[in-house]
Amino acid sequence: MALDNWETVIGLEVHVQLLTKSKLFSGAPIAYGAEPNTQACAIDLGMPGVLPVLNQEAVKMAAKLGVSINATVNTRCVFARKNYFYPDLPKGYQISQYDLPIVSNGHLDIVLESGEIKRIGVTRAHLEEDAGKSLHEAMPNASGIDLNRAGTPLLEIVSEPDMRSAKEAVAYLKSLHALVKYLEICDGNLQEGSFRCDANVSVRKKGAEKYGTRAELKNINSFRFVEKAINLEVERQIGILENGGTIKQETRLYDSDKNETRSMRSKEDANDYRYFPDPDLLPVMITSEFIADIKNNLPELPDQKRERFKKSYAISDYEAVILSSSKEMADYYEATTKLADPKLSANWIIGELSAYLNKHSLDIAESPITPALLSGLLNRISDNTVSNNIAKKVFEKIWETKKTADEIIESEGLKQVSDSGEIIKVIEEIMKNNPSQLAEYRSGKDKLFGFFVGQVMKAMGGKANPAQLNELLKKHLA
Amino acid sequence: MHTKSLRELSSDLHAKKISSVELTQHYLDRINKFDKDLNSFITVTPEHALNLAKKADELIKQNKAGVLTGIPMAQKDIFCTQDIKTTCGSKMLDNFIAPYNATVVEKCNQAGLVMLGKTNMDEFAMGASNETSFYGPVKNPWDLSCVPGGSSGGSAAAIAAGLTPIATGTDTGGSIRQPAAMCNLTGLKPTYGCVSRYGMIAFASSLDQGGPMGRSAEDVALFLNVLAGFDEKDSTSVEREKEDYTKNLNNPINKLKIGLPKEYFTADLNKDIHAALDEAIKIYKKLGAEFIEISLPNSPLAIPVYYTVAPAECSSNLSRFDGVRYGHRCKNPKDLLDLYKRSRDEGFGAEVKRRILTGTYVLSAGYYDAYYLKAQRIRHLIRDDFTKAFEKVDIILGATAPTTAFPIGSKINDPVSMYLADIYTSAVNLAGLPGMSIPVGFQHKLPIGMQLIGPHFSEAKLLNTAHVFQQATDFHTKTPGGF
Amino acid sequence: MSVTKDDIHHIAHLARLNLDETRVPEYTQNLNNLLELVSQMEKINTENIEPMAHPLDGQQQRFRDDKITEQNQRDRFQKIAPEIVEGLYIVPQVIE
Repeated sequence: MALDNWETVIGLEVHVQLLTKSKLFSGAPIAYGAEPNTQACAIDLGMPGVLPVLNQEAVKMAAKLGVSINATVNTRCVFARKNYFYPDLPKGYQISQYDLPIVSNGHLDIVLESGEIKRIGVTRAHLEEDAGKSLHEAMPNASGIDLNRAGTPLLEIVSEPDMRSAKEAVAYLKSLHALVKYLEICDGNLQEGSFRCDANVSVRKKGAEKYGTRAELKNINSFRFVEKAINLEVERQIGILENGGTIKQETRLYDSDKNETRSMRSKEDANDYRYFPDPDLLPVMITSEFIADIKNNLPELPDQKRERFKKSYAISDYEAVILSSSKEMADYYEATTKLADPKLSANWIIGELSAYLNKHSLDIAESPITPALLSGLLNRISDNTVSNNIAKKVFEKIWETKKTADEIIESEGLKQVSDSGEIIKVIEEIMKNNPSQLAEYRSGKDKLFGFFVGQVMKAMGGKANPAQLNELLKKHLA
Repeated sequence: MHTKSLRELSSDLHAKKISSVELTQHYLDRINKFDKDLNSFITVTPEHALNLAKKADELIKQNKAGVLTGIPMAQKDIFCTQDIKTTCGSKMLDNFIAPYNATVVEKCNQAGLVMLGKTNMDEFAMGASNETSFYGPVKNPWDLSCVPGGSSGGSAAAIAAGLTPIATGTDTGGSIRQPAAMCNLTGLKPTYGCVSRYGMIAFASSLDQGGPMGRSAEDVALFLNVLAGFDEKDSTSVEREKEDYTKNLNNPINKLKIGLPKEYFTADLNKDIHAALDEAIKIYKKLGAEFIEISLPNSPLAIPVYYTVAPAECSSNLSRFDGVRYGHRCKNPKDLLDLYKRSRDEGFGAEVKRRILTGTYVLSAGYYDAYYLKAQRIRHLIRDDFTKAFEKVDIILGATAPTTAFPIGSKINDPVSMYLADIYTSAVNLAGLPGMSIPVGFQHKLPIGMQLIGPHFSEAKLLNTAHVFQQATDFHTKTPGGF
Repeated sequence: MSVTKDDIHHIAHLARLNLDETRVPEYTQNLNNLLELVSQMEKINTENIEPMAHPLDGQQQRFRDDKITEQNQRDRFQKIAPEIVEGLYIVPQVIE
């Protein structure tokens, strides 16, 4: 396959479950994992005669997102019914927004691997209610319907087809994920389906103007799977096209177990949705005061945070991008900087801490080493109590025991030696035991300086103050 | 007893000339005696009624009673009643026991009204003759071979025969006014948003409105005081100050300007009905009202627009009846599609299916703009016609229905001719206006109704106009023989 | 415009209605009659006229506070359900 001849075009539709207490149109609670159908009230069940009333908080959250992606928050938006039959859709229609969504024309900047910033257009974001769930394990040849999730507020965020690779798609998703968590409008839990992604994927010959026919990939519930699923789909489409075939516009399901995408038959004939304005709901009017209030209460966003980190903490672009990449990361970093040197904090969080977290598949919010514990260690580096190398050992101990750096340094006797007399004693000992190396050094083989540093450090269990050791060693070897 | 006004019944109850239990029993006995012929009730709830009556008597004894405490009434079977079957006239809901009360039902309970039962209706309120009910046609007490009108035909027949003093109705295209006209009653379709739609099974959400039916404007005004009011559970309910609709009943109407739309008084209008309206106009002139000819140029479009918009909304509203969570479910479905298709085929009657098909068609890809959207644009024009007219006049007067009650079976096989029964009423729903029908005479012993239409929230004015007329006439006091 | 029996079948499928085959011609005729009645709309110029989805002008959607007001009433709701197993509404298998 000549992949190089083809360009991938990706647009993403992300369903963000909004962090409201109650549902979009009813006062039923929202909690994941409750007993089936215990959180579905008459409205969620689509009982006869009951009516929807709109949750203000959901509107606020949608507007918050709109404001933070520089989009238009429309002064008038309208709820419409999307009509289709499905057992998890109790009313036979989903209340959504169609031609007049709450948010339109925004954009989100993503940082590519190269460090370059790319702007991705966001066509629209609209409010809609979630459906329930069909469970297939309950009985043979039957499905069980749990409507607890029915009516949960979703914000569907639709991007422009601006992404050109699976990696860009992932970068966009990660940025959006960070943003909704910064805004505290979504818990971002991918496993529980709070942040779901459908990808519209097509390919076209490089240089072609027209988009190819797209397939919609559904049900991709991790960033890793997004990349895999898109790459699979791109290969599938190029394979078909290179063999003279044509792409069918269809909905495909990504199966992570089999690592394949397959056509979803159930969605095939359901595409005449007969949208029309929901007569049970009136147009939603959003005033400039409402928007102003949201703007005034907006938290600091990732871009702003990145710039501020660079300025206030004198850290690099690269460090600032990483440290502002998620709210948890940024919060962790800021908590640490309050207690320790910001530059050193950045080094350690991006270096040692991230490596440990990765190894243990933990999120920074779950780190056993808290900002207080980490800063305790960093301060011992700053005041020369321990060297960088010893600090790494201490770090490991803190990770295992959750004890403070001071406790570990004390109990393990890892305190750095800065007493010249003590260091000189060891230097003299080492010089005595290595006469030939000493002679070579003195005859001009400067490289051996490192050898002596190593020997002294080894003898002192690494505890010698490195700068002081260097200075003393130079004097004595001369 | 059963011909007394609400005021009379109320003062008898408060003076303890009769107890609510006795009064309730009286009506229950009458239902027992006469409803086999009329078929105006789907469900009668004697036990429930007598319980409510006992409570009402207790309140009366303690001097805690309101004006309507202890007075019997009936609910159209479209309003959900907790723990009592609510069928909407459909096999689909033959087994449906609502787990909640409609707001209208709650309000009636709070007022101390005593529900006798649930009245028959066209299936899902789709019909103008009460012949589409799964529970069989309702007979008109004025002539048992004729229809009572629809869709609130059960409520109308029950009041006309003295089986209940008042009853609720709902009106999507004329369903309160047209049966009121055909049964010699006073019926009011309030302004859209005046009476809560919560718990009222939806037919066409942007047109549906519940309202009172009774024997006189005064009864209807008293009853509307109970039914009307803001409800936070209904997004389309209008938040406004509570009105006393009886306050202005006796206001003089000597400065009233009444509009006569030339489109309502054409050669097509039945001569007897025309003559009855002319008589009514003379009476109003004597009472001091001034008449002005007006034009509602787009009113001939009301039927086409209504029969596009209403089916569109109904096709979607009735999708929830799928045999999964409640209601009729077919036996041994072979797969999911079969479950849906057969449950809905078996559960819905022919007229409901026709409307679902029409509504699905006018919303479907390729037809939406030409039908649904076009209709909603013309709806705007129809509404604007009224707005302009109300710059010149206070009230618009015309016929309620193009004919008096017609024989059972005469139109049921010709849906389009049945649809024309709404010709004078449906524009009012499209524009969200209040409209009422009051008795103005008879054509060969069958009642004729006159429609009064007012601007949004002019219910008090309409009731005043109707009441003053009823003080000067006795049409509304006439009752059918044999009951 | 006139609808055919095939159109009726298609709409009936969209609306999930099984239609008795012998009555399809009647439903087709009914719909055609209605469409003829409705065709009067074509003559009306509606350029620049906004569609009116709600009868009252200037009304806007009211907001509800984000509060939990509903308690679990599963037993009550499921008493009227055709088929329940362990709190789930049962339907023939859903194929995705």
